[in-house]
Amino acid sequence: MRDTVILLFGQTIQMFLVLLIAPGIAGITRRVKARFMRRQGAPIIQPYRDLIKLVRKESVVAQNASWLFRSAPYAILAFTWVAAALVPTFASGLMFNWAADALALVALLGAARALLALAGMDVGTSFGGIGSSREMMIATLAEPAMLLVLLTMALTAGTTRLPEVAEFLISAPITVRVSLALALVALIIVALAENARIPVDNPATHLELTMVHEAMVLEYSGRHLAMIEMAAQLKLVLYISLIVCLFLPFGMAPANAGPAAWPVGMAVYLVKLVLGAALLGAWEVSIAKMRVFRVGEFLGGAFVFAFLAILLAFVTREVLN
Amino acid sequence: MKRPVPTAAAALATKLRAGPDGFIRLQIDERDWIGLAMGCAQGLQDLLALWVDDDAAHMGLGVPALKLRIIVSVPLKRGSFPSVAKNHPAACRLERSIRDLHGVEPKGLPDQRNWMDHGKWPSPPPSLKKDAARRDAAYAFLATEGEGLHQIAVGPVHAGIIEPGHFRFSVNGEAVVRLEERFGYTHKGIAALCKGADIATAARIAARISGDSTVAYSYAYALAIEAALKWRPPPRAILLRGIMAEIERLSHHVNDVGAICNDASVVVLHAHCTLLREDILRTANQCFGHRMMMDRIVPGGVAADLSAAGAEAIQALLARCATNFEAVVRVYDEAPSLQDRTVSTGNVSAELARRFGAGGHVGRASGRAFDTRLNFPYGPYEALDFAMALHAGGDVDARVWVRIEEVRSSMALIRQMLKLLVPGPLMSVMPRARASEGAAMVEGFRGDIFVTVRLDDRARLVNFYARDPSCFQWPLLEAAIEGNIVADFPLCNKSFNCSYSGHDM
Repeated sequence: MRDTVILLFGQTIQMFLVLLIAPGIAGITRRVKARFMRRQGAPIIQPYRDLIKLVRKESVVAQNASWLFRSAPYAILAFTWVAAALVPTFASGLMFNWAADALALVALLGAARALLALAGMDVGTSFGGIGSSREMMIATLAEPAMLLVLLTMALTAGTTRLPEVAEFLISAPITVRVSLALALVALIIVALAENARIPVDNPATHLELTMVHEAMVLEYSGRHLAMIEMAAQLKLVLYISLIVCLFLPFGMAPANAGPAAWPVGMAVYLVKLVLGAALLGAWEVSIAKMRVFRVGEFLGGAFVFAFLAILLAFVTREVLN
Repeated sequence: MKRPVPTAAAALATKLRAGPDGFIRLQIDERDWIGLAMGCAQGLQDLLALWVDDDAAHMGLGVPALKLRIIVSVPLKRGSFPSVAKNHPAACRLERSIRDLHGVEPKGLPDQRNWMDHGKWPSPPPSLKKDAARRDAAYAFLATEGEGLHQIAVGPVHAGIIEPGHFRFSVNGEAVVRLEERFGYTHKGIAALCKGADIATAARIAARISGDSTVAYSYAYALAIEAALKWRPPPRAILLRGIMAEIERLSHHVNDVGAICNDASVVVLHAHCTLLREDILRTANQCFGHRMMMDRIVPGGVAADLSAAGAEAIQALLARCATNFEAVVRVYDEAPSLQDRTVSTGNVSAELARRFGAGGHVGRASGRAFDTRLNFPYGPYEALDFAMALHAGGDVDARVWVRIEEVRSSMALIRQMLKLLVPGPLMSVMPRARASEGAAMVEGFRGDIFVTVRLDDRARLVNFYARDPSCFQWPLLEAAIEGNIVADFPLCNKSFNCSYSGHDM
């Protein structure tokens, strides 16, 4: 009974931790970009202020908007939040471990994306339509690669539950695994595409014609926009956490260590997140955005990497057995 | 036997002497007028400008190879003249503007829709009253037919801080099938404002036609006025004008290179170029007392002197500029992800550039070897030495490279002019006013600006007309985007960087 309470407590901490740090991570990325552009940059807490401002502001909704347009932001935030809470961050063996399934994660994110794409088309503006169609093109290319990456990990660790994969990788003898390296490259590409970052999309652009994510949410304002922004920031944290959890799990508190190991795990996790956000900022200033149709080749590359990874994982397993 | 219709302006102009402004003026009949329009379409001469005065229509024609510039005039017959656009499409929007603004009918104009007039003017001029039905009609964009085609309307209000203009894309998924522009949102009535104004007032108006080309417009206006009055500016003023014009070119080309990179999301280059541009503008402010050097060139001379300290500041600026800009160029040249965006995007064929007489970087990036400073030199450029930036690629990349090379040549030109600078007066005394006319062409950063004025005997403007380089560049943007994808439009548009204000007048 006591254990359950502790695990629930740990899970609650994780849920609110990701929610709390998500805007800050976005703030760090923006700040790093600004510094590279020789600008002062907004303070790291700016995204928090923006969210508070948006929540306070009136929400303007188009006259022909349906219930979908109004309710989508809440559902999108909910899906993304649950997904972000499932990815092991500072400790494994928390309350919802049994649910932290890689496939569930993909399904949750897919549902959020489908809702956003529908909401983008709901009001019937041309930019919303462009954004939704581009988003779905990117999604159809990114999702298979993502699934293959997760299956590679599952194949290596023998389970699709993320905490157990992480535990396995921590405990397994350190060897150079080519398949994991390939999977990492694939996952990073997918993460860039899914989070609407350069070179696939530019989160900072004002050019409607080039937007993907921003085009879909152009009609949103006020608290609706705050939900969507929050969901986007959560998604970024989710992907960095996922990469960290699958490929750099060291420092994570193991399932049997109990709450005493959590502070260390949390500190290590936060350092990794900040590093990830800073690296993203540096990456974004060093490359141009792609032509829209090049995105297919880019994500195709991710698929090839993931495919090779799973192939190698199979072969090595056969050899080891 | 009937005399054959001459189509070449050169054939008409034999044995005629050019005025002090370098233009040959010629009265012709409608038959010759139509012939010359056909000659424009055949490539025998370039259409420079088209405007109407009280009772005549005028057409500016240029043959750069022969260093020949002609203004032909045809009298209006019952408020109409034969359409040039019927034979030479480049004149189409000019004629639609003329009809909207003056109520003069270009007979046979293929496009009957409004252009400047959106039917929203509170008190339209009486000459337009008879066109009430046309003015009130909804604007019909050109139709596109096909399965899965849909339209995207962009503007006139844009997300960025830019001027208003409407773009109607007909697309099939991402591929652009047709782009149609609609302008007129920044119409200010420049010509009407100048009518009856004195020279100084009109100078201030001319400087505000397109704020980013304020030096070039002031320059062209001053040259036109000086040609009309046979007014000679002092040597120091001539050089200072050149220095200002080149500083203006420098600042905008640097800015454009950065802005093009920004549209490909290479934010670092944009940041560098923005810093560099700010440096240039501050130096301009320090030297001439205005960041954009507005109202510093006036008929008869210049309104601001360059001190010795100012000249040193410019030399120091050029030294900084040379290192910083070359660093930007190096990154641009060596970034494959950026080149992937710019190379082969937004192609303008050499043939189209010639047909539309596109000036500036748009023309020179498509192999049209025309630079007013070299083909029809004026002011200090007669004595200066520089090479034309010419590329044949016709894509965004070529337009970037033309700008890069012009930044380099502008810096060299400023250095040459600073060396030639000698002390002396800034203004010369205005000659006695007389009824006269004058025209001038100046190479602004976008291309050749054409200005013509007619004065009465009290030195007041009877007629003023200016033609922005954008008039012949905007139509090419519609062609450049064809076959590209919607998402590449901002990049193409930025590589053109045409003026809305200059076009709408």
